[in-house]
Amino acid sequence: MNLLELQRRMAQDVMRPLTSDFQMQPATADGSSTADLANTYIKPNDRLSSFERLEIYNRQYWFRVTGAVAEDFPAVGAVLGEKKFDNLVLAYLSENPSTSFTLRNLGSKLPKWLESHPEFSPRRHDLLLDIARLEWAYVEAFDGADLLPLTAADFGDLGAESQLFLQPHIQLLDLRYPVDELVLAVHRQTEPSDIMSNAVTERKQIKRARLPRMVRSQIHLAVHRYENSVYYRRVDHEAFRLLSALQGGTALGPALEVAFGESSFSPEEQAAKIQEYFAHASELGWFCKPQAG
Amino acid sequence: MPANRFNGFSDYGVGIGLRVPHYDHIFAEKPTVDWFEIISENYMVDGGRALQTLDQILDRYRVVQHGVSMYFGSSQPADREHLKRLKTLTRRTKTPWLSDHLCWGSVDGRYTHDLLPMPYTFEAVKATAARIREVQDYLEIPIAVENVSSYAEFHESQMTEWEFLNEVVEAADCGILLDVNNIYVSSQNHSFNPFDYVNSVPAERVAQIHIAGHSKFEKFILDTHDHPVLDPVWDLYARAIERVGPTATLLEWDDNIPSFDEVHSEALKATRYLTPAQSQKPVEEYAGEVVHQ
Repeated sequence: MNLLELQRRMAQDVMRPLTSDFQMQPATADGSSTADLANTYIKPNDRLSSFERLEIYNRQYWFRVTGAVAEDFPAVGAVLGEKKFDNLVLAYLSENPSTSFTLRNLGSKLPKWLESHPEFSPRRHDLLLDIARLEWAYVEAFDGADLLPLTAADFGDLGAESQLFLQPHIQLLDLRYPVDELVLAVHRQTEPSDIMSNAVTERKQIKRARLPRMVRSQIHLAVHRYENSVYYRRVDHEAFRLLSALQGGTALGPALEVAFGESSFSPEEQAAKIQEYFAHASELGWFCKPQAG
Repeated sequence: MPANRFNGFSDYGVGIGLRVPHYDHIFAEKPTVDWFEIISENYMVDGGRALQTLDQILDRYRVVQHGVSMYFGSSQPADREHLKRLKTLTRRTKTPWLSDHLCWGSVDGRYTHDLLPMPYTFEAVKATAARIREVQDYLEIPIAVENVSSYAEFHESQMTEWEFLNEVVEAADCGILLDVNNIYVSSQNHSFNPFDYVNSVPAERVAQIHIAGHSKFEKFILDTHDHPVLDPVWDLYARAIERVGPTATLLEWDDNIPSFDEVHSEALKATRYLTPAQSQKPVEEYAGEVVHQ
């Protein structure tokens, strides 16, 4: 077995899902004995079989990756409960193993993946999706880039054809439930930690949190960072459409048309709204100069 | 001996890992600390609090970067995005040397986020040394490779772990981050004399030393970094300092992290060995004596 063959063999064994009681599977999907496979490349010693030595790494892998996803989605975990959340994370990671050097990106595909997996909470699927989207938006807003904001002079030069850039950390969400309240309630009970360390990982238990009752009610959120804290700012429908259009690369004039195209505001009310949006956005430094390169 | 080309001719003393639970204490009390080691991956982000905190630390303290996902032993090419971000960070921290592990952890673009053991083969020596050289050339700073704790050995191995380490660092012309706790953990898991390991390391290449705590289970020891340093590890440390001379030393404490003062006091116990060594000439060559615990 050469180096690449050995690494492929071991990675496959280490990343194979555990049994429901967190042990290494006795057989692979095609029915091969895991113990026989382990014997082909791992030496036993006087205390542990090849299977048991490999199992240490198999368990470490799953404790580490499931712990990392759980840390990014504590509110999803709080709503689902430990058992269902474990199943969700296991299924997600089995289909979406890490392709990045950092654990920070491990949960990036979870909100999209969850859209086609209502089986974890059929009756609360929409609620769960909204929570997952907001929790991932928090991660993006927490350490996204913060570019130089536009100055008053820059604003003076703007015209209908101007393109306005939003800070990369700003995440815009159209949600069916007011999950900002629920996510805040859970995050307040979560201690911050480093993303990565080089110690082995123990299996972490989900903390139980008191959750506010959720009633369906559409909200629009701008998840953003200000002075290095992440905030969930509710914005009205028109502001959401305007910001989304600008974030999508639409020039200022057409973006305003998109924002107010369906609204019943009078031209005077629209002008007042636009002034209000831009005052808030410039105060928070939301508009920025484009990223170099 | 302590200041050598593998640690940028620096003369650092006793450091501790920079960890989130200690931030408030460090900024409020501004304790005197020789240096902090950071996990590079926690700061390879685009913006936000982590980088702001790092900049504040850099204003006052010396920082050395330690990585957990370069995977020098992986048989496929290094991730260019990873290298690019790492280089950006080294420019920010001005780290005099950079360390990562003598292990593998990714294959075919999938990451295990674990420090998986190497098969000690000549093929692996060649591949690993080539990758270390590639990273060292790209980053333009000295690299020190750290021996890992391991729980498995391979049938394919053609040499001992310390022979493998020596072959790799000679071929790559790089430094060593000698983790004496990892040597102890592996010695118990694989039944070898840890002093044979310490006595075989090329002293002139040791850039830094790690000390840490571990956890003992019925049939094996895990490298948990959640305890004070145990006596057998101090004994190995004493021997390492005797051979290498007073060398930059860092205490790793990554889980169940106690107060800053407790971690720092534990680290400063290393001065019991470092201070006397400053007035002595290090043992220049291993004469082949057997040193028992």
